[in-house]
Amino acid sequence: MASSVNALQGSSYEGYVAVREIGPLGMITLRGSPTDLANPLQVNLGLRLPGPRKIETAGERSAAWMSPDEFMVILPHHEVDRTLAALHKDLKGKHFLTVDVSDARAVFTICGARAREVLAKLCPVDLSPAAFQPGDLRRTRAAQVAAAFWISGPDEFTLVGFRSVAQYIFALLQASAMPGGEVGLY
Amino acid sequence: MSTRLAKGGRLIDRGVKQDFTFNGKRLAGYKGDTLASALLANDQLLIGRSFKYHRPRGIVASGPEEPNALFNMGTGPRAEPNQRATTTELFDALTATSQNHWPSLEFDIGALNGFIARLLPAGFYYKTFIHPRAFWKHIFEPFIRQSAGLGKAPKDRDADRYEQIYAFTDVLIIGGGIAGLQAAKSAADTGAKVMLIEQTPHWGGRAVVDEPEINGQPAQNWIDATLTALGLMDNVTLRSRTIGAGVYDHGYILADERIADHTPGDGRPKHRLWRIRAARTIIATGAIERPLAFAGNDIPGVMLAAAVRDYVTNYATSPGDRTVVVTNNDDAYRTALTLQAAGLTAIVLDARAEANGPLPQQARANGIRVEVGKAIAKTHGGKRVTGVTICAQAGEGAPLEVIACEAVAMSGGWSPVVHLWSHCGGKLLWDDEQAHFRPDVARPPTGADGAGMVLACGAANGVLTGPEALLDATEAGRVAAQQAKGQPHDPRQSYASNLHESCIKPTWLLPQGAGIDKRSKMWLDYQNDVKVSDVQLAAREGYDSVEHTKRYTTLGMATDQGKLSNINGLAILAQSLNLPIPQVGTTTFRPPYTPVPFGALAGEARGDLFQPLRRTPMHESHEKSGAYMEPVGQWRRPYCFPRGSETHAQAVTREVNNTRQALGLLDASTLGKLIVKGRDAGRFLDMLYTGVMSTLAIGKCRYGLMCNENGFLSDDGVVARLDADTFLCHTTSGGADRIHGWMEDWLQCEWWDWQVYVANVTEQYAQLAVVGPNARKLLDKIGGMDVSAKALPFMSWADGMLGGFPVRAYRISFSGELSYEIALPAAQGAAFWALLLTEGEEFGIMPYGTEALHVMRAEKGFIMIGDETDGTVIPQDLGLSWAISQKKSDYLGKRGQQRLHMTDPGRWRLVGLETLDGSVIPDGAYAVALGTNENGQKNTEGRVTSTYYSPTLKRGIAMGLIARGPDRMGEVVTFATLSGVDVKARIVDPVFYDKVGEKQNG
Repeated sequence: MASSVNALQGSSYEGYVAVREIGPLGMITLRGSPTDLANPLQVNLGLRLPGPRKIETAGERSAAWMSPDEFMVILPHHEVDRTLAALHKDLKGKHFLTVDVSDARAVFTICGARAREVLAKLCPVDLSPAAFQPGDLRRTRAAQVAAAFWISGPDEFTLVGFRSVAQYIFALLQASAMPGGEVGLY
Repeated sequence: MSTRLAKGGRLIDRGVKQDFTFNGKRLAGYKGDTLASALLANDQLLIGRSFKYHRPRGIVASGPEEPNALFNMGTGPRAEPNQRATTTELFDALTATSQNHWPSLEFDIGALNGFIARLLPAGFYYKTFIHPRAFWKHIFEPFIRQSAGLGKAPKDRDADRYEQIYAFTDVLIIGGGIAGLQAAKSAADTGAKVMLIEQTPHWGGRAVVDEPEINGQPAQNWIDATLTALGLMDNVTLRSRTIGAGVYDHGYILADERIADHTPGDGRPKHRLWRIRAARTIIATGAIERPLAFAGNDIPGVMLAAAVRDYVTNYATSPGDRTVVVTNNDDAYRTALTLQAAGLTAIVLDARAEANGPLPQQARANGIRVEVGKAIAKTHGGKRVTGVTICAQAGEGAPLEVIACEAVAMSGGWSPVVHLWSHCGGKLLWDDEQAHFRPDVARPPTGADGAGMVLACGAANGVLTGPEALLDATEAGRVAAQQAKGQPHDPRQSYASNLHESCIKPTWLLPQGAGIDKRSKMWLDYQNDVKVSDVQLAAREGYDSVEHTKRYTTLGMATDQGKLSNINGLAILAQSLNLPIPQVGTTTFRPPYTPVPFGALAGEARGDLFQPLRRTPMHESHEKSGAYMEPVGQWRRPYCFPRGSETHAQAVTREVNNTRQALGLLDASTLGKLIVKGRDAGRFLDMLYTGVMSTLAIGKCRYGLMCNENGFLSDDGVVARLDADTFLCHTTSGGADRIHGWMEDWLQCEWWDWQVYVANVTEQYAQLAVVGPNARKLLDKIGGMDVSAKALPFMSWADGMLGGFPVRAYRISFSGELSYEIALPAAQGAAFWALLLTEGEEFGIMPYGTEALHVMRAEKGFIMIGDETDGTVIPQDLGLSWAISQKKSDYLGKRGQQRLHMTDPGRWRLVGLETLDGSVIPDGAYAVALGTNENGQKNTEGRVTSTYYSPTLKRGIAMGLIARGPDRMGEVVTFATLSGVDVKARIVDPVFYDKVGEKQNG
């Protein structure tokens, strides 16, 4: 079987923060009532169900809140099929939807002391440290396209967008992180 | 002459000289100069020409209210028109040229307009429309076009970059003068998050020039101490060079930061547009001094009084040795005292009958000549002031004395900068004592909670004197912070100016009895050449609304938006109409406060980032193979894959023939793919589609049509049933997001109790169509699953492996040929595409583009959303009744399709069209009928919706909507074309090729 390729083959840019395409990450869209989903998520992934605009992380796996009845599970790519099967089994008889969306996405990390302001140039989100903290997640837009992001490490954000616009998102982040554009807002 | 003084100048650094050019002339200034101060230091009094009469114009102000000193700045890719010299920081090698002059600034032909000023009165432009009619087109219009426009539009692509940023704060303070600083401190002390922005590079506003002491310490010390305190607070953000441009609903504020205007090419963005959300905004924008209306008040050398002392104190630039200060208030005496302190001479003409406040008394005590009850009857000079004739203010202007001078400093009082207060609906009240409009604190602009979202303080709030302004600002900061945090708060204490100092007598005309000869030389709007006499004429002609007068006279319609002229203009109008000023009111204040460059508004959205471009997983491969791409929504899809010297038409013909005769490969990844799952999924799709989907067997596909509530066709595609409660709905390429939203809309708002979930998986899959007689041979060769007619019959699907890739194969056809659409994970799409091209070589595989796709579907009579539909077409018009269930009690659009007009047998309906001569009917051509309509146009009886050269039939084919079309088979209709030659076509069945449908079975 041929191996999967990222939309941009792992492009990176060193501006006043570093921008990197990462992945492939496994991603599963999970829709259902939170009551039905909580236990299967805990049992199969060791994750608590995230509250609104939050992301729960345990090791390499995360669950992100997308809407009152939609969550996104992020996990190693090779675990997707196994996890889908397990969730199916546990949710049998319930009203739910699970679907592999790993390939529909492009994933980037934005890394550096000023990562927050690089995102604030593109996303209408209050990125001040007081307002946006580890465990927070925003579904928003980056300039003209849909995006979601969260804090994935010290001075590191992970941003997810659609695969077809990977090049646009990368170019946006590149422009935003270009030396000379330092704002010093946070 | 204006010149640099030997000492002083608190903002300039005499150690750093900066060279610049003005109209090609080499001049020098100092670091810290504005372009305006540097020009004045070089005695460059004449800096431009006015818009209408090309009158000589000089610098009037020292801030953003400047109406005259607008320049073309920079050259080539850094050329920028209409840049204000008073707000432009000088830098080394700056180049500026004056605007609106021809052939030169010194000698301008257009100035002849001044001699025919009598012929160019208010409303001249509109009057030219009236008579004689031919004059407009041949005389006036070319003349006006020639004189219109100020700066030159840049010709090159902008060399600089711009960016935007979003910021959020509890309290935003606009204006970094002492009121703004104090309000910021007061708000920040409560713990609120505070952002303070200031338009200039310096903090403190007018204080250092106007207020020697604040709270008993030198003004500069107070400013420095407050700034230091603010800088140490984590909850405070300070941005200088950032101008508040507009206040919008819900506490949304736009601010423009000028980062690199003064350091071009240093790699930083030129501007940064701040998009701020503030719970409360405090307007601390200060006030603008008003000019006075006297004869010749536009001659270079006539300046605002405060600007004169700004230039002396801040830049050590003298306007001339002798200055006549003309005023109607005490504040202007500061200018006389400043000039005297700098060793220059000043004489004060005060229009008031007496002047006994502390400042006039000090002026007299210092030996400055003060003449009360006096005015200027005439200003002498052409390109620069040489003197004034004085007269009694109470009279008609009989000359008393001629005073020689190089400059006139005028002050008509101060108008609070209420623009930002007013943008979102804040109301104003007329303050009789101070003769200005100021914010009516009882009627602020209100936010989403119904409470006031904007507060004003200091001079912007009409509190013109320093100590009172600080108290007002303290209150504003405290109240704004408490409101922003939703805390209870005491009512705001109000403070007023110390009237003892600011006393003013409204004086709209100098002298008060000036005759028409004088009034037609009194400028109100310097940039648009509107005079007192123009406003009076408008009033006589019946323009009693200030908004109408503005448009008729163009008062305040120039790029300075009347910052200096509006109040004087409406006062003259009020006087002419014999109405009180508040009854006449102001014109509407609209954002932006000062122009924001287009580059800043566009931000990053230019060049490659202008719009997102969607790429399929095989996009790169298409580009490498030289495909000619076309936009399909935001996607780019190959239109055709030209080889060698082929034209696009030749390529399309080859691609069609090859697909029909051998094997074609299409990138169909852009097709929308929506998963619909749940107990009620079948019932839901039965409502969305006109046909029945709930009866579809697992493993099967069915073509479906979606209509809106009015019955009009909205989207189409193939639905596959994946399991008992899961369907996969294909949408058109452009329709995925729209139909996803449409489904969620119905599920969330109408059928919220149905158990259905929808997920958009369009981008999860690469989708490839393998099409043609050899399609099965290729798939058999790469192997992995049974794709035989038996295992995978037409309109069915199966999961499996092909060539080592995990795929879902659909037996569906949009071309009429044997066809498989293969979906696989997007990340493997490019590899699978490459594999098929290699392995398919022996079967004659060639990729084909969207045009070949369109031609082949038209040969088969298949409709295309957007070609055969335009939002007014119902499926019945297109002969698609077979796809509409008659059994279902309801579906979206059913009722709409039953309305009278929709069931009219005369509707235009789909047919095929075969030209009699084999030619291709032009796209969009109309079929003409007998007679004409009430507009004298030919009647029509139909139109072409798709038209192509068919390589298969070797002739032009078309589909079209024709009145009663299907009932008129064999009839010949006539199409009008743009070339004037009619094309005749026979009405035929829309299926041109393989009517029986054998080919798709392979």
